[in-house]
Amino acid sequence: MSRPTVDEDRETTRETVPATPTEQESPVARPPRRRTGAARAAGPALRTAHVLLLPTVLVGVYWAFTAQPGAGFYTPTPDAIAVAFAELWFSERFFVDVLPSLGRLLVGFAVAALIGIALGTLLGLDARVRATVEPVLEFLRAIPPPVLVPLMIMLAGIDDGMKIMVIVFGCVWPILLNTVEGVRAVDPVLADTARCYGVTGTTRLRVLVLRSASPQIMAGLRLSLALAIILMVISEMFASSSGLGFAIVQFQRTFAIPEMWAGMVLLGIMGFALSSLFELVEGRVLGWYRGSRAAHRGE
Amino acid sequence: MLKVTGLQKIYNGGSTAVEAVRDLTFELAEGELVCLVGPSGCGKTTLLKCIAGLMTPTGGTVELAGEPVLSPPPGMAVVFQEYGRSLFPWMSVRANVELPLKEKKLPRARREELVTESLEAVGLTAFSDSYPWQLSGGMQQRVAIARAIAYEPQVLLMDEPFAAVDAQTRADLEDLVREIWQRLGVTVLFVTHDIDEAVYLGERVLVLSNSPTVVQDDVTVDLPAERDQLGTRQDERFTRLRARVYAQIQQAKKGTAPAPA
Repeated sequence: MSRPTVDEDRETTRETVPATPTEQESPVARPPRRRTGAARAAGPALRTAHVLLLPTVLVGVYWAFTAQPGAGFYTPTPDAIAVAFAELWFSERFFVDVLPSLGRLLVGFAVAALIGIALGTLLGLDARVRATVEPVLEFLRAIPPPVLVPLMIMLAGIDDGMKIMVIVFGCVWPILLNTVEGVRAVDPVLADTARCYGVTGTTRLRVLVLRSASPQIMAGLRLSLALAIILMVISEMFASSSGLGFAIVQFQRTFAIPEMWAGMVLLGIMGFALSSLFELVEGRVLGWYRGSRAAHRGE
Repeated sequence: MLKVTGLQKIYNGGSTAVEAVRDLTFELAEGELVCLVGPSGCGKTTLLKCIAGLMTPTGGTVELAGEPVLSPPPGMAVVFQEYGRSLFPWMSVRANVELPLKEKKLPRARREELVTESLEAVGLTAFSDSYPWQLSGGMQQRVAIARAIAYEPQVLLMDEPFAAVDAQTRADLEDLVREIWQRLGVTVLFVTHDIDEAVYLGERVLVLSNSPTVVQDDVTVDLPAERDQLGTRQDERFTRLRARVYAQIQQAKKGTAPAPA
């Protein structure tokens, strides 16, 4: 099975020998969390400015370009897009198009996560099952999820079920494969330790296997979240009557160009918000992982 | 307490079979502290894994308190050499020590008592809420020792536990092991490649031969119970014992076992 290369430095995770072999016993423990130099130096206001700098410049450049006479019908100026944005999405369309899309995205992502982690754990733990199932998985994985849309329409109709299935089918792979890898990479010394101290069964799964695989699982989830947004839009572009993908195609066909742009901007904002939220969760789940890696690097 | 009889381990790798351990027989009395020393590559880790029930021997038996060891027995705790890889990095020091006690289904109050006591014994009370990776190597190994003693084992196995810590920390930890052993009266099997360490710590030293391994010599350490890093190591008896074990190891490396002195 070809592996997604998300865990670039598993080796450093595994050898948990201190960076310096002659390290003295320090009377003071290292602080629990370390921040990067830039983040520590900058206050919240400065950090916000830092984040907003490049977007402001880009919008400015785009504006200067589109404000020129004859810049074109298809590239409206940012203020026109902003007006369309406010009119469109601060109206009932938010409930008709945005919320259902977001709902399908989240349900699809959650189902994919559940299936991916459960199946991935099973495959990671059992080499025989893995050998049996792997070729089939390889084949299924090779099918681009959008081509499933026509089939799904026949099987599941054109409602939410079809769209969620398309999202699940596309999102499950990175989660599944990363979970398999993470579960297989449980440190043998740690596994022996757990056995010696009678940590078995579901406790072993919970405190050893899943925790130890969590960096890879989170990497898989992160990839899948991005995929989920793409698949959400694609599934709505076919035979649909609501949703963001549907709305954008509709705007394009009716030459409602600023509205079409407003849809794209909303998708961008949604993606950004979801990935920020994900980062927040990841920070909580993987605090130990980041801390221990920083400790290895001798920060 | 711990009885190893005719232990043999052969690793089968396709057409070639490697006999790591040939025929090992020895016994540890209850409350004894025995060091196992041998040339590198003599199968110390293999032996320890068989004793711990982590590996099935090809032949022979291991018995703990009369019961054959087929899987990790509840009355045994192990301290591994790779402290950094044997502690759960996602758990605090306290949670690491407490986890095996939870699996033993001890009531909460008893668990807390044991965790507090054992962390106190290794001098890490102040670090109970830290994560292992926030601590130095020596401190991490102390956590592993605290976890082992909180488990209240009948037998404590230690697999070259101080091989990866610096010399000063190592001396401290050696004294800690002696102290814990004297106070708790637990049976300890301490595997090491360091002859000085074996003689300094043990009441008895078992010298292993080169692979395929047998017990080459069984040396009783007639040093006083109270040992200290300076005095004991200068003791004339210490030097004599050290010389004897050293000679045995040298012989073992050449593969010719002399008649035990």
